[in-house]
Amino acid sequence: MSAHALLLASLAIPLAACLACVIFKHAENLRDGLTFLASLALLAVVVAILNTFNTGATLAVDLITFQPGLSLALNVEPLGMVFALVASSLWIVTHIYGIGYMRGNNEKNHGRFFACFAFAIFATMGIAFSANLLTLFLFYELLTISTYPLVAHKETEEAKTGARTYLGILMSTSIMFLLTAVIWTFVLTGTLDFEKGGILAGKADGIFLAILLALFAFGIGKAALMPFHRWLPAAMVAPTPVSALLHAVAVVKAGVFSILKVGVYVFGIENLSVSGASQWLMWLAAFSILSASIIAMAQDNLKRRLAYSTVSQLSYITLGVALATNMGVLGGGLHIVTHAFGKVTLFMCAGAIYVATHKTEISQMRGLGRAMPFTFAAFGIGALSIIGLPPLAGSWSKWALMVGAADAGQTIMIGVLMLSSVLNVAYLLPIFARGFFSPATGTGSRALNAPGPWRQKLAEAPLFCVLPPCITALGCLVLFFYSGEIQAFLSPLVEAVPAATSAEQ
Amino acid sequence: MPLLLPEALADHAPMLAVLVPLLAAPLAMLFGNRAFAYGISFAASVASFIFSMFLLARVMDGSVLSYHLGGWAPPLGIEYRVDAANALVLLIVSAISAVVLPFARTSIETEIAERHHTLFYACYMLCFTGLMGVAITGDAFNVFVFLEVSSLSTYVLVALGAEKDRRALSAAYDYLILGTIGATFFVIGLGLIYMTTGTLNMADLAQRLTGLESNRTLRSGFAFIVVGMGLKMAIYPLHRWLPSAYTYAPSAVSAFLAATATKVAIYVVLRFMFSVYSAKFGFERDTLQLIIFPFAIIAMFAASIVACYQINLKRMLAYSSIAQIGYMLLGVSMLNVTGLSATLVHLFNHAVTKGALFLAVGAIVYRTGSALLPHMAGLGRKMPWTSAAIVIGGLSLIGIPSTAGFVSKWVLIAGAFERDAWPVAVLIVASSLIAVVYVWRVLEVLYLQPAPANSTATEAPLGLLIPTWILALASIWFGLDADLTVSVSRTAAEALLNGGFGGDAAIIMGVEGRK
Repeated sequence: MSAHALLLASLAIPLAACLACVIFKHAENLRDGLTFLASLALLAVVVAILNTFNTGATLAVDLITFQPGLSLALNVEPLGMVFALVASSLWIVTHIYGIGYMRGNNEKNHGRFFACFAFAIFATMGIAFSANLLTLFLFYELLTISTYPLVAHKETEEAKTGARTYLGILMSTSIMFLLTAVIWTFVLTGTLDFEKGGILAGKADGIFLAILLALFAFGIGKAALMPFHRWLPAAMVAPTPVSALLHAVAVVKAGVFSILKVGVYVFGIENLSVSGASQWLMWLAAFSILSASIIAMAQDNLKRRLAYSTVSQLSYITLGVALATNMGVLGGGLHIVTHAFGKVTLFMCAGAIYVATHKTEISQMRGLGRAMPFTFAAFGIGALSIIGLPPLAGSWSKWALMVGAADAGQTIMIGVLMLSSVLNVAYLLPIFARGFFSPATGTGSRALNAPGPWRQKLAEAPLFCVLPPCITALGCLVLFFYSGEIQAFLSPLVEAVPAATSAEQ
Repeated sequence: MPLLLPEALADHAPMLAVLVPLLAAPLAMLFGNRAFAYGISFAASVASFIFSMFLLARVMDGSVLSYHLGGWAPPLGIEYRVDAANALVLLIVSAISAVVLPFARTSIETEIAERHHTLFYACYMLCFTGLMGVAITGDAFNVFVFLEVSSLSTYVLVALGAEKDRRALSAAYDYLILGTIGATFFVIGLGLIYMTTGTLNMADLAQRLTGLESNRTLRSGFAFIVVGMGLKMAIYPLHRWLPSAYTYAPSAVSAFLAATATKVAIYVVLRFMFSVYSAKFGFERDTLQLIIFPFAIIAMFAASIVACYQINLKRMLAYSSIAQIGYMLLGVSMLNVTGLSATLVHLFNHAVTKGALFLAVGAIVYRTGSALLPHMAGLGRKMPWTSAAIVIGGLSLIGIPSTAGFVSKWVLIAGAFERDAWPVAVLIVASSLIAVVYVWRVLEVLYLQPAPANSTATEAPLGLLIPTWILALASIWFGLDADLTVSVSRTAAEALLNGGFGGDAAIIMGVEGRK
């Protein structure tokens, strides 16, 4: 296939899966099978795009002329490539998990669920490959809208309230701030194309640059920067596969991915670091990291605790951009990958626990590790990766971010990152430790506490729910050894920056 | 867009676009056959649509066409004058008419007594003729004549809703009184202008008005015209007739009026402000900035907030229309090309969007007999296609990217930034957040509430679905590919601001050598 067709296929496949889910909404196996095939095909296409991209070819498509001088266009660059790879590979795993969860949990409206899910993946692909801010904004909004029905899926009052908060915050930030910022950028620069070195470089200065950065940073509400983070815990009313893929990977990563893109291609890292416009953002990100971690410690609901942990981890990436150093950006890009694998594991484990025992509160999960050893082992690996312990993937991104902070001369930020690791240990490890080492309480506890071979006590969730987190946990381990390659792949992001500025001078 | 018409037709396209529906009106009534009446009305709408497309294609490059009625040269004879601005309006009106008529054929079965059907088509055609005539004519008094043609038939059309709900009568009566006051004001304004200049041809007026900025009679004329037309277009404090008229009129009529009538009124105001009077006049700038601008902002917020509290979906859409008119006026009050082109592009986009929404609601009314929100619980599953059309229309009202509403918002905000009026940009985005509230209220009822157990609603028939979906898809298409709409609007806005209307025109049907 030509480069052109490949890019279009990466959008068309999830869209076709969405349609298939609508058409075959009652034929369960056919629908889920087709979607599974689509997810495999999407990964194949994304890998093919990667191969073409590695040969040095430029992949760009102009889809449609939006207005004179502005078009909806796709373009492949390293950061988007990495994001697309993460999203498409995790879609396969999450889809399997989703089938197990939805059936094991007797949820309703499977057709709508999987259709919206596929549409969200379509929007994510669009975000990953967008060539300009307009295209990015388009798919960003589509992602918000397509995930709304997923959050409201249970149709209970609680779900509706959660979905309202979700939509309200995401939509108001994007319309109020992001759209304003995009149009302002367009009026200032006359273009919206992502260009190395930043299109705003030399076009806006001082206070305006800082205001624009604020509009972007708060406008991209999906990055859950405080104080606009409340939608993320609210979204936890969604079924767990949604929390796993969308609210740990696709949606929130789309947010921080956009922040990275805006930082690198709209503002320009050099521009940010010279003008110092991102100083305040750095402090805000640091505040987000620490306070969200502290709030997470107080949560008893497992998914809410994970949600606040996500808020905190996302700000790592924002911090990477705000540091305005090359290593900071690379660390941010790498953290998109490593956090995705870690957090998706944790969420899938939370869902597996819910399917098997209907327990949602951490205090009810003492001793549960003996009944669900695989789930809890996967949880432990995911947690350690988030904490950043070698030999797990999370350690490298945290390392890179610390180097980035050191490059920027911000020793306090190194301290923040270290403190955050300690907090991570405090709120993640007890869940794992109590699961294995505390005596069980509550219903069914007697059987668990009784002596006897562990195999007789096994009460795992269905295979479809247990296997996926084990796979992603393994992924955390494998990625540790390949993170150098990801960094090398991302390095054109920052290498070109000095070249671009010297060309201007 | 090369569009070929036989030469004889091409020469008379401006006339035929109005004449064909005018002739269709009595024919529809005379034969007393419903199928025939529908057939001829639909054919007339389609013919007008083709002529409008042809006209738009010819003036898209910024040129102006002049058609002399009966060969009498203006300013003595009546002139039809077409530039990008009114060609766009002609296209909107005729396209909406051609889409709504097939819908009306099915929907009036339950809303209007059968013996009145031919009368309905006749009135509809007259209303359509009037709107087309108002948009195409280059003669100020002729505007008034066509305005009355359309208004009088509109009162009847609204009153026809009485079959289903008697409140349609009082709504029509309100509309009649206020509409007549508006028309009277308008004609008084014309009288004042005529008194001073002795001419009624717009291009001629424009020339004679130059330098008469301080003439008090002309200023009063301007005030009368703006207020008179303000009533017709439901500019904020003059909007009282609109919600009831749209709520109680038959569904097809609501859709047609919402998508066209107010748009034509706005066009008339633009024409008088920029082509007859001039944006160079100090009093006009003051009017725009001190009167129109604040009222536009108030409309955007007040009407949107009121819309959030409506339980009748048609009334909610009506209030939303008042808010959208606020957006259009805001664009005008910016007094720059981008702002004005935002107005024009929103004329088009809002017509498509609101048309789709009113048609979808009409389909629901056809099936369930009610436009009340509480009666729509769970319809998302019972009427999936109709509900999906409401989703698309609703998203376009909010201005989500990939819908037509987004394009309008984009151009409008860009216009605000070009004037460095960033507080205005903030107000625009803030008010569109209110649209999120009133749209989402509807979507939650449609999709997230269980349908009552005794609900027997089924999907609307194809005769209703197809027109609805044509407009719904159009509101997506023109959200993705806005190249055409934005460039036409820009051309039109430039012509309006630079007085291009009064310049040299290509005469396509005049007496040779008598230009």
